Amino acid sequence: MKKRTINELAIEETGVISKITGEETIKRRLLDLGLIEGTSIKPVLVSPSGDPRAFEFRGGLIAIRREDGMNIEIKC
Amino acid sequence: MSKIEKLSKNSKKAIQKNDYTVALAGNPNVGKSTIFNNLTGMNQHTGNWTGKTVANAIGYFEYRGETYKLVDIPGTYSIMSHSEEEEIARNYICFGNPDVTIVVVDATCLERNLNLVLQITEITNHIILCVNLLDEAKKKKITINLEKLSNILKIPVVGVTARKKKTLNELLKVTRKVCDGKEDTKNTYQVQYDEKIEKVIGKLEKIIIENYQIEEKLARWISIKILDGEEKILREIEKNAGMHLSDSIKIKGKEVDKNILEIRQEILTKLEEEDITKDIFKEKIVSTIVKDSENIARQVCHFENKDYAKRDRKIDKILTSKKYGIPIMILFLLLIFWITIVGANYPSQFLFSLFGNIQEKLIEFATYINCPEWLSNMLILGVYQTLTWVISVMLPPMAIFFPLFTILEDLGYLPRIAFNMDGFFKRACSSGKQMITMCMGFGCNSCGVTGCRIIDSTRERLIAILTNNLVPCNGRFPFLITVATIFIAGTIGGFGASILSTLCVILVIILGIIMTLVISKILSKTILKGMPSSFVLELPPYRKPQFLKVLVRSIFDRTIFILGRAIAVAAPAGLVIWLFANIGVEGQSLLVIVANFLDPFAKLMGLDGYILTAFILGIPANEIVLPIILMCYMQGTSLVNMEDTFAIGEILRQNGWTILTAINVMLFTVFHFPCATTLLTIKKETGSLKWTVVSFLIPTACGIVLCMFTTLIYHVFLI
Repeated sequence: MKKRTINELAIEETGVISKITGEETIKRRLLDLGLIEGTSIKPVLVSPSGDPRAFEFRGGLIAIRREDGMNIEIKC
Repeated sequence: MSKIEKLSKNSKKAIQKNDYTVALAGNPNVGKSTIFNNLTGMNQHTGNWTGKTVANAIGYFEYRGETYKLVDIPGTYSIMSHSEEEEIARNYICFGNPDVTIVVVDATCLERNLNLVLQITEITNHIILCVNLLDEAKKKKITINLEKLSNILKIPVVGVTARKKKTLNELLKVTRKVCDGKEDTKNTYQVQYDEKIEKVIGKLEKIIIENYQIEEKLARWISIKILDGEEKILREIEKNAGMHLSDSIKIKGKEVDKNILEIRQEILTKLEEEDITKDIFKEKIVSTIVKDSENIARQVCHFENKDYAKRDRKIDKILTSKKYGIPIMILFLLLIFWITIVGANYPSQFLFSLFGNIQEKLIEFATYINCPEWLSNMLILGVYQTLTWVISVMLPPMAIFFPLFTILEDLGYLPRIAFNMDGFFKRACSSGKQMITMCMGFGCNSCGVTGCRIIDSTRERLIAILTNNLVPCNGRFPFLITVATIFIAGTIGGFGASILSTLCVILVIILGIIMTLVISKILSKTILKGMPSSFVLELPPYRKPQFLKVLVRSIFDRTIFILGRAIAVAAPAGLVIWLFANIGVEGQSLLVIVANFLDPFAKLMGLDGYILTAFILGIPANEIVLPIILMCYMQGTSLVNMEDTFAIGEILRQNGWTILTAINVMLFTVFHFPCATTLLTIKKETGSLKWTVVSFLIPTACGIVLCMFTTLIYHVFLI
């Protein structure tokens, strides 16, 4: 089955995180923000240049770049 | 009368010993500094740059006869990883031995804030939870059951609205109780990990307690960190807790031939056999805490209006839209500059005439006491005049620009700028946060350089510092406008002229921004190699700025601070300029000699020797470059202040200025070495002479190359 990441979510489409991958420091940072398995996440804004996008999760709004988003897998 | 007695400066000095130490922790942007300022009477803080305290700020306050030392530690989301702020925060809470740690949280996003709270409950029992921004929460129809929260966490919970000082009384009352030991904070909430993990933590904890003088709770935390194996934290533990991890230890009273690190290895191997690898271990620790926060928040928060962020999102959609996002940003910035430049004129004029009057009195006084003329000239026309000049031209624009900028900051607009611009900066291997520091640079490069602290990655921060001077500050704008008005717009006149000169200035600024991106990219590919670090940027809820209080104060912190540094350089520089203009050999002043020496080189750049000399002597402040040029041309012996643009134009034309000179002067104004104040700040921020020199060379080299290029083109096409 093909992996799906938060980058593939359309604006206003909610996804549920299944796994955080990637290099140790980046992974740690994402986890620290509360991006753990089971977290609902929804992209709501796109930067004028197309990247990054801002995601709503756990009551906050946080901008995440495409490169970092690659490490956040969601359930299909 | 408020029960909080602020300490006057004198009595503060008299404090030998403070009765209690209180630490103030919390996520960024939750109003920690407001609490700090309100309790300590604002007399200690050193500017909270765009929401960031990078070192611990310390203040004092008195409450019911006892003195408290309040330590404001950097705002962080977590204290588990290794950024500089997290390290400072973690070290203080763990090893700074505060009597109590007050954790400030934002009522509007309690869940994410609880993450840090739970991490701190792992370290210490002496915690007070301070739920701030209750007014914002009320507006968004979020209610929080504080009593229930207190029962779950088993720590005192106080709800406040920090900007209203009265609401802080309850916090003080509880603080005192905890400090006195009257509040039972023994059995605070404890995060429970999964069974296998709990078992190994317990095992290590026992060993630590047996071998070292460490409190139970801290021992548990240290055990977790040892198992986690983060090198930096281990070193801190060794340093601060007096534990030598490689010493052999006792187990159940018996000396064993092993040290803690070896025991750790045994445990980890065993865990791995049970399918808990190091990675999974770490992930479990983090996610258990996050899940606990989620659970607790669910129990105590009530959202009457599920779409509480709807209004914010609506605003966001406009401010970050593809079509309007960037134009709106430019409009905001132009508006700020316009207000600054126009508004600063009047106070500047006032200061000029005030200082001018004093100057006349000073000269009269000098004559009266029979002071030798050379001495009075040197001190009054040299030192005094340059000094007051710098104050007159620098103070008003900064005192206007920074309040306006702080309004944007308080509103929460700055992170949106970073969000909008990140794409461009990513291509230059840097981040959108650099744009915020550039915006500050438009006000004052020195402030821009200090503002670079908001950038987490050391590499990217250094790039931002080194390139900050490529955007022109307030001090350079008027000069740019004057030159553009005289030489570019002057030829047409009328209303079109002012538009044309504005366009020219904007063009030069855009060139500055493009060069910033180009140089950042070049630096990233050469001496500061590296890829953009992961970019995580919070876009906080919009908030109503606290117009008066924090605003005025933080501005005067910034303005006066910068002005202080500028004055320190302006006084000696005034002396040097005066000496240059008045000392000479064979009837030629030093100024003329230097200018003649530089002239051939300056000609290559399409300038002349005087202009280049003026830029060099103008190093204390860019504002005095034009006065020095005029002084040279008019063969005066002190700085020349001229209001009449037309007259200035006449003098410049008489001295051989052409359109090429004008263009090159504008280019060199944007691209040349930073002023002395900025250089001092760069030295302080980087702590390195090498980088200070690099920051001097980069823009200068750009300027020289650009000017030579335009001169070459001009001559090729016009011969």
